[in-house]
Parts: sequence; C-alpha cells; structure tokens
Amino acid sequence: MAIIERPSTVPAIAGGDAPQFVSPASSYGVFRRPVNSTGWRSWVFTVDHKRLGIMYGATALFFFLIGGVEALLIRTQLAAPDNTVLSASLYNQLFTMHATTMIFLFVMPVTTGFANYLVPLQIGARDVAFPRLNAFGYWCFLFGGIFLNTSWFLGGAADGGWFMYQPNANALFSPTHGVDFWSLGLQITGIASITGALNLIVTILNMRAPGMTLMKMPIFTWMALVTQFLLVFAIPVITVALFLLMFQRVFGAQFFNVDAGADPLLWQHLFWIFGHPEVYILILPSFGIVSEVLPVFSRKPLFGYKFVVFSGAAIGFVGWGVWAHHMFASGLGPVSVAVFSVSTMLIAIPTGVKIVNWVLTMWGGKLHFTTAMLFAIGLIAQFTIGGLSGVTHSVSPSDTQQTDTYYIVAHFHYVLFGGAVFGLFAGFYYWWPKVFGKMLSETLGKWNFWLMVIGMNLTFGPMHILGLQGQPRRMVVYPENLTGEGFFNLHFWNTAATVGSYLLALGVLVFVYNVWHTRKGAPAPLDPWDARSLEWLTTSPPKVHNFDVIPHVHALDEFFHLKYEEVDTDTGPRLVKVRTAEELLTEQETNADKHIHMPSPSYWPIVLAAGLPIMAYGIIYNHLLTVIGGAIVLMGAFAWALEPSVADDSDYDPPAAGGEPSQELVSV
Amino acid sequence: MSEAIITDTPDADRSGADSGAVVPVADEDVVVDHPVDEHGAGDHAAHMVTSTGLSNNKLAMWLFLGSECLLFGGLISTYMLYRGRHTGSPGPAQLWDIPLTSVSSFVLLMSSLTMVLAVSAAQQRDDRLTTLWLSVTALLGATFVGAQVYEFTSFYHEGLGFTTSLFSSSFYTLTGFHGIHVTIGIIMLMALVGIISRSKVPGDKAEVVELIGLYWHFVDIVWIVIFTLVYLIPA
Amino acid sequence: MTTTERHTDHSAPTGHASPDDVHEHKPNSFYIKVAAALAIVTGVEVGLYYLDLGKLFLPTLLVLMVVKFVTVVSLFMHLRFDNRIFSWLFYSGLFLAVFVYLAALMTFRFFDGS
Repeated sequence: MAIIERPSTVPAIAGGDAPQFVSPASSYGVFRRPVNSTGWRSWVFTVDHKRLGIMYGATALFFFLIGGVEALLIRTQLAAPDNTVLSASLYNQLFTMHATTMIFLFVMPVTTGFANYLVPLQIGARDVAFPRLNAFGYWCFLFGGIFLNTSWFLGGAADGGWFMYQPNANALFSPTHGVDFWSLGLQITGIASITGALNLIVTILNMRAPGMTLMKMPIFTWMALVTQFLLVFAIPVITVALFLLMFQRVFGAQFFNVDAGADPLLWQHLFWIFGHPEVYILILPSFGIVSEVLPVFSRKPLFGYKFVVFSGAAIGFVGWGVWAHHMFASGLGPVSVAVFSVSTMLIAIPTGVKIVNWVLTMWGGKLHFTTAMLFAIGLIAQFTIGGLSGVTHSVSPSDTQQTDTYYIVAHFHYVLFGGAVFGLFAGFYYWWPKVFGKMLSETLGKWNFWLMVIGMNLTFGPMHILGLQGQPRRMVVYPENLTGEGFFNLHFWNTAATVGSYLLALGVLVFVYNVWHTRKGAPAPLDPWDARSLEWLTTSPPKVHNFDVIPHVHALDEFFHLKYEEVDTDTGPRLVKVRTAEELLTEQETNADKHIHMPSPSYWPIVLAAGLPIMAYGIIYNHLLTVIGGAIVLMGAFAWALEPSVADDSDYDPPAAGGEPSQELVSV
Repeated sequence: MSEAIITDTPDADRSGADSGAVVPVADEDVVVDHPVDEHGAGDHAAHMVTSTGLSNNKLAMWLFLGSECLLFGGLISTYMLYRGRHTGSPGPAQLWDIPLTSVSSFVLLMSSLTMVLAVSAAQQRDDRLTTLWLSVTALLGATFVGAQVYEFTSFYHEGLGFTTSLFSSSFYTLTGFHGIHVTIGIIMLMALVGIISRSKVPGDKAEVVELIGLYWHFVDIVWIVIFTLVYLIPA
Repeated sequence: MTTTERHTDHSAPTGHASPDDVHEHKPNSFYIKVAAALAIVTGVEVGLYYLDLGKLFLPTLLVLMVVKFVTVVSLFMHLRFDNRIFSWLFYSGLFLAVFVYLAALMTFRFFDGS
C-alpha cells in the first residue's frame, strides 16, 4: 500500500534500535521536532485529533470518578438526621467541588473529547484546522483540573457553591485559598474551552469533504457546532467575572464589597449570562449523540433532520436571553422577571420539538435495544421529566417557592445526569468499537444501564418531594425532630436518595469493569451497528490519516447510501444492501492517495500550557513564580509561532534516486 | 446485526437535505479543488482549499475578535455600573485630563492607519516598507501605552489607588485590560519585524501581517468606545 | 445582507467562487483619507466635550462613536470588502455583547436616572 502514515508504526530505518531523529536542516524552532510514533512521547507531543479525543475522554472520566466520590460523601452525610460524617466546612467544599468537577472537568471536556474525535471523521477530514491549538487546549484542561484539585491539600477547596455568589465568597467569609484556586483554575480550563471552540468551529466550517454542505452534516457535528459557538461567546463572560473575583480577593479590589456600595447582583448577572448558555453547552452534545444513535437502532433516518438542526440552533440562540431566571428571587423587579419568565417558557418549545422528533424517529422502526439505544431512550424519558420540572421554574411565582430547595437539585440532575450523562454513555457504547476496535460487553452494558437508571431515579426522584417539603439546598445536617411524619418524612426520602446514589455508583463501576473486561476481546466488526455516517467509512480504530481517500459526499447519511440502494420489488421500492463496509474499505484502499502530509507533533502546546498553572500558583503564593510562568508562556509562544505546523520536507527521507521525495517520515 | 432489506425509502431519508441533495457531485470539478497533497494544517491554509474558500487563520481570528467583544463588553458594563460610586475619593470630574487622553487616542487611531499601510506593503511583497510601517505602528502603540502609564501614575498621586473605590477598581481594570492588549500587540508587531527581517515567517507572510493587523485594529476600536463612554460622557 | 444570502455563501462546497479571497485593495491614499476623516471626527468629539449641547450631547457622541467604530471595522479591517462569514462571526459577538450587557444594565435601572 502506498499510503504514508505519520507517525509510522514500523521503524523506517531498519536495524537501529535507538530512536533516531532526523534533524531538519531548515528547522525553525529551537529544538528538533518530536517525531515519535510510540511510547509516552507519542502521546505527550501528539497533535492527532483522535489521540487528543481519547485523552480528553480518559481524563474527564477520571475526574468523573472523583466527582462521584464527592457526591457519595455528600449523600452519606445526608443519609440520616443529625449525621456527623462530615464537618460543615468539608461539606461546603464537597458540594462546591462536586459541581465544579462534574461540569467543568467532566461533562464539558468529555463532550469536547467526543467532538474532537468524531467531528473530523464525520465531515471527512484528516485532522482539525489547528492541530497544535487542539493539543494546547487539552493540556490547559488537564493542568487546570489538577491545579483546581490541589487546593484540597493546600488549605481546603473552594466552598462557595459552584456559582460562588458574592459577597459570600470574598475573603472575609471564605478565608482559605480555595476560592482563589477555583477562580484561577477555571480561568485555565476556560482557555481550553475557547481554543477548543475556535478550532472546532473553523474545522467544521472549512474542512468538510467535497459535497458535504452544511445540511448534509451528521447531526452530532451540527450540535457540536452550536455548542462551540455557545462556548466561544459564553466563556469570555465568565472570564470577566473570574477576573473581578480574583482582583477582589487577591488585590483588594472593591467590586463586590457592599460597604463600598457594590451591587452583588453584578456577579450574579455575569455568572448566569455565562451560566445559562453553559447548561446548553452541557446538554446539546448529548442531544447530538442521541440523534445519531436512535436512527441507527431504529433502522430509520432521523425524523425531521432540518427541525432537529434548527431547533438546536434555536436553543443556542434563545439560550442567551433566559439567564435571569436563575435570579428570580433576587429582586430584579417585575418587568425583568416577566420578560425572563416568558423567554424561559419559549425555550421549552425547541426542546420539545427535539423530543417529538426522537420519538417519531423510533415510531414504526425496527428497534434494536442495544445498550447504546437503551441509554438514548433513557435520556428521552428522563430529560422530559427534567424539562417539565424546568418549566415549573419558569413560572416565577412557583420558582420563588422552589429557589434554593432540593426541587432545584432534582431538576438539574434529571437534565444533567438523566439527560447529558445518559447521552454520553449512549455515545460510549455506540462509538467504543470505532475508537478502540473492541465491543463493550452488551450483558454488562445492560447491567450498567439498569443500575444507573434505577439508581438515578431513586436518587433524584425523592428530591422533588424533599424540595417541595422545603428541604434547603446545601444543608449539611437536619435534626430528627423536624423530619415530619408519614409519607413526607424527610429522613425516609433522604435515606432512599442515598441508597439510590450507591446503586448509581455501582452502575458506573460496572462500566469501568466493562472497559477493563473487554480490553483484550476479539476485534470489533468493521460496521457493527449498520451505521449511517462517515466515521464508519474507515478502519476501527481509524488510521492515523483517517481516510485513504477523502470521500465525496452526495447525501445526508452518506455511509448508509453507499451501502444501500433502492431496488424495485413486487411490494414497491425497497432499500437493499448492495455493498458491505468491508467492500467499501477495500475500494478506498485500492485508490488510496499517494502522498499524505499529516501535521507533525510539537513540544510547544504542553510547554505553553505548563506555564499557566505556574503563573496561577504565583498569583496566590509568590509573584516571582508568576514571572517565571509568564516567561515560559512567552517563550513557548515564540517557539510555537516559529515552528511550521507541518514538518519541513527535510524531516522526511531524502529524495529517492528519481528525485521524487520519499513518502515516509523518518521516525521511530 | 445488519439486515439486507429495510423498509425506509431513500427519499424520506434525503428529505432533510437541501433540494439539490440528490445531484451527485461532479467528480472532476471537485477533484481539481482538492489537491492530492492534503494535510490538516491551518497554518498552511493559503496553499490548501477549504470548504468556504476562506483561510482557517482568518476565520479563527474574526471569531476570536467576536469573542473578545463579550470580554470587553463585560468590563465596560462593570465600569458603567460603578463609575459614579466613589464617595469621598476622587472621581472622573477631578481626574480626567481630556487634552492628554485626546492626544493619546489620536495616536492610537493613527497607528491603525500605519497598520493598514503595513498590510498593503506586505501584500505587495515589499519587506522593507512592511517592516517600516510595522515599526511605526509599534512605536505609536508604545506612545499610547506610555501615556497610559503616565496617566495612571498621576491618578495614583491624586489619591486614586486600585482599591480606593468601586470607580477606581473598575476603571483600572478596564483600561488596564485594554493596555495589556495593546502591549501584547506591540510584542507581536516587534516579533514580526524581527522575523520578517530574518525571512523566517512560516506560512503566508502577508496573511500573518493581516492577522496581527486585525488584532491591532480591534484594540483600536475598543479604545474608540472607551474614549467616548469613559472619558467624554460625564458620569 | 440577508441571512439566506449568507447561508448560501456559507455552504458553497467548492469555495473559490467568492471574490473575497482576492486581496482587492484600495490605494494607500484611500486609507489616508479615511484616517483624516477619523481624525476630524475625533476632533469634533473632543470639541463637543467643551461645548454645551444640552440634551443632544449624549446622542451625538454615541453616533460619532458608532461611526468611527464602523469605519475602522469596515474599511481598515476590510470587513466590507471581505466574505460575509467574517462579518457574521464578528457581528454576532458584538451584537450579543450589546444585547446581554444592555439587558443586564437595565435590570440595575442604569438608564432610569439619566
């Protein structure tokens, strides 16, 4: 095969056992470029969107486990009245970090991981538009997450709730460095989000395969596009808020000092102008995943593709005009409350459109209840419940009653866990064979699903009751004599919720075991689900350059239409499978492109990102460190700017006798 | 798992795509636009054809500037909310030195002109003129930052520290952020001058100048807004 | 400048059809004239500061600010001659910023007093 892979998996130079670098004569950078294709270097310096996608996913799942342990500790404390498992101070830190971890270090990065891995494959591209920026984003996320969590060992984590309301979170009421770690850590992960969003938007706009118009893009790519637009415009708002918070706490600025005449609502506005688009950032990728999974396992095209696309875009758009419904209880005034109440009800419409589309996709289809499909259906059911309780919040008088009770906790866990996380698990089961070339066990998958679905409803269902009975959010302990009588006894429902949370955790452990258990299984078939979109038009796991030939797209669900053709039969036209995925792949391999340059690995993304936490520690402890970190960032930026994104021709083998440059990268 | 025959029709499937969806792509036309030597690198965008025909870098830069609007919008709003809150300490009326700020605003505005001239020169591949205009732009930018440092120092001596009042915190934060943006711009301009004179620009030189130009103009338009809203309109 | 038009441009799969990639550039004299106009507007702004226009002062200043802003964006940054996608990306950010922050300031009754 004439295809050139970078990095080659076979040593190009036979005989030598030591790694050999070929020094490019015209190297622009200070150092020679890394060219390793195996070993730790091949991961640390990689710019391959697939490796970065896996790294995002693995890191995010690790943080998911940390956030899960935090949740279990919270539930353990609340299992019984007058419990003393946790101190009040530790409890505050745990619920703050549970939310922060789950939102910023699990759901956001894992969706970025999905988008990173899948978008180029789905649009028929060989990599993203800015491969090094992509790597930089990952390292910012990792270092930001680690930085945030080191606060546990440096005097205590942030304890102001994930929205860190002012003035409660200023130095007077939260004297440890926790909130400083929080503001700086989120600033670093924010950089990851912005660069990731710029990269993915440009990738989707500019790197589609020939023939793939916007309305022929797979629906997951569409939802990723909307999400990235939300990110690119929402992150700067939280950036402002976090800077104000940091200046207030570290440099003594006055922004939220009520004595000086400050308006604490300024923080709430900035936070929720970011915060509401943020919830759509969390859910839309899962909507995209479900919209891919349902048609495949219903053996029908997605019902109303255009409606799903436009309702996704509409959610993204209207999502900007509803933020103040988080602040109904803060005294905004009747006009603002009325306006935001109505806009909040409006946003339920496009969401409802999606639910209808999903149900009608399944209607009359040949349903295959695989684990991925079960998780997708789980999302529809549970998100509908969460969505309905959400509509009750949009009615401001009712919301005033519900604000800061467990009813709110119930609502957002139904949409975020029952919705977003179930969608992600559907995605794990659906794309696992694509990414790793192994099928996850369906038997374990069913256990995983049912434990999670029962656990999730047992945990968060009772919270509706607890909330309507008036149990406040963030309450560390409740006395026995106030738990009430009969059906509404708070002790009983709290215990039930705690039992549910352990079942939920068990479900997650089954997933972890499933991953471990199937790691050495038989290779997955090329097209295990009879899928519809382009990412299946390559090997599993995909080749480094994704496609031997860039596909030419003729229709939505291109891969499906390559496999099936309409044939007239006695009972009318039917779709008949005329080609298998194996045949399509063989066809690709015989016509493979001869000369493929892939972007080369680079040192600078990780170097540049490493400077940021050093600066952040410096801001908290010693300004000299900030200078050192700043110097690293500056030097990294220079080296990056001087380095061409694709290794120079001299990085490759010298021209063969014919004068034609050889096509293999000299690497190990 | 896969079945040979399924029940849906291709039309139902394609109904979601545009009207022209069924028309196959004419192979030859597209192939010409897609060179065989394909790679995923944005920095070499000038040499490769993209779906929109536009450069990756320029798309990203405009998107970044759109995103920066929300950053400066937040800072400006914070200032507007707090500009009158300085009980017992100096406020805008005592502090502003309009002639000085007008001159520095004028300097920044003119640096936009020199930046445009640098972009023009770069597009005509005139390295000498490009570096000349880039240097002048950096110099004008440095003059602006110098004036800002002078302004901050004199305000400080009049009793306006960063922590003095809500007004002072939000004023220094807003103009400080802008000043840092100008400073980063100056660093990029000087680096670019150095790189061009050693002929080491990776990728398309004219495009690099243009991109840094876009950033520079953006910093200028932010100042246009700040100059009016912060300095000229009385609290 | 309708949405549909933009959309068509946007999804043109083969590219190169649009004239925007061509660096169609004005002569330097054009930019110098624009800069002179901007300088004059700035002069007028500062002049207004010292004159007493009464109620007209605020709207006039805001209009002049927008004129300067748009001039730099459309002419110096070439947004007017460039592909609409660039305008679309930049102005969505700008209008979004104006919308959310004005709405936020309104809830503080920022505009009631003045």
